[in-house]
Amino acid sequence: MIGIIDYGAGNLRSVSNALDALGVTWQHVREPAALSDCTRIILPGVGHFASAVEKLAEINMMDALRAVDKPLLGVCLGAQLLFDTSDEAPGVSGLGLIPGNVALLTTRTVPHMGWNQVTPRGNNRLFDSATPRHFYFAHSYVCEPADNADIAADVTHEGATFCVAVQCGNVCGVQFHPEKSASAGMDLLRRFATC
Amino acid sequence: MLTRRIIPCLDIRGDRVVKGVKFQNLRDAGDPLERARAYMDAGADELCFLDVTASLEDRPLLLELLQRLSRVLFIPFSVGGGVRSVDDARDLLRSGADKVGVNTAAVSRPDLLNELARAFGNQCVVLSIDTRRDGDEWYVTTHGGRELTNRTARAWATEAVERGAGEILLNCIDTDGVRGGFELSLTDEIAALVPVPVIASGGAGSPQHFVDLFTKTGAQAGLAASIFHDGSTTPNDIKRALQSAGVEVRL
Repeated sequence: MIGIIDYGAGNLRSVSNALDALGVTWQHVREPAALSDCTRIILPGVGHFASAVEKLAEINMMDALRAVDKPLLGVCLGAQLLFDTSDEAPGVSGLGLIPGNVALLTTRTVPHMGWNQVTPRGNNRLFDSATPRHFYFAHSYVCEPADNADIAADVTHEGATFCVAVQCGNVCGVQFHPEKSASAGMDLLRRFATC
Repeated sequence: MLTRRIIPCLDIRGDRVVKGVKFQNLRDAGDPLERARAYMDAGADELCFLDVTASLEDRPLLLELLQRLSRVLFIPFSVGGGVRSVDDARDLLRSGADKVGVNTAAVSRPDLLNELARAFGNQCVVLSIDTRRDGDEWYVTTHGGRELTNRTARAWATEAVERGAGEILLNCIDTDGVRGGFELSLTDEIAALVPVPVIASGGAGSPQHFVDLFTKTGAQAGLAASIFHDGSTTPNDIKRALQSAGVEVRL
């Protein structure tokens, strides 16, 4: 059973639809107690770092997620929330599960929008192989792990190479939208759900 | 690097797909769910749904359609037509849309763009500009191309991005539905002007038109309807032509 944290995030429906298509069972998690029924957890998210932290705190999920000891996957803003801080919301604390900051993209074209080729790095639980595949992106901020060893994949956009997937122990995050990335995204979600 | 995107557009009336020429003479072009899945399977990078009637009575029908679409579409899709407020946009996003398109309402009340960006982030906000040439200048039109304003496309695109548009969908009315190729010079000018992706629309009639678009302009994406609806060309046909021409695509 995968628990999808429901705090009103915009891509909640898309994530659960993708899991349905894979035949993976899931439930919405709206309170910390419901986490105990789940073997894996997905934290979705679209929008602003500060308002997401606020909504998670309202349902007492910030501390609950910090304490969780199960595979956790953050998607898009959900991946950014895993970090300590974000330039989008100075002074607001994220989950702090992966050391580092979230910074505004400095490329000419922002948002980084569309399909880009993702190159997996190192051994990680997210990708079946080291072969680059295309995933769909729509974001203006990027995760910058303090430790390069936490980088699980990167992309190149207008000459800049940046981190788009992270893994630190049980905690993973992807800046792209696997639920909107056709077969490449489905493969990633299947792997997270089963490995 | 980002691949150039191919975006089939489905004009929706009620819960059917329709297509006209220059927004006139709408004719039935099939079932949206069936069409959308076929386009996804044939390599579409994204889909665009435009509610061409945008009537209040049809709204529940549209939202229900979006929910059905989001269960089978695992590529992003935007929805436009009749979005006048943050609440309108929220309904569409909650029903499964990834982005909302705004047009006339943003021209009438530009603050709408700031409000949408604040509520959902600018990556969710697509400003659609229907533009028509008058003399040497391109002007913005509203109400599906029926009304000409005194704003220029360049000035409006610049202002809209400052206010919070995360993408510009540039539709040239003069070329729409005529299949004689995209308007290249205006598209390139707007793409060079704004720091957000530009989607070109209007005039696609062959894979070569997309090759021209992506080799001669800075557009990030090309949108078309009739070329796909009649079954003569698939998104993958276009992408293979693009790949042969050295343009990066997702195949």
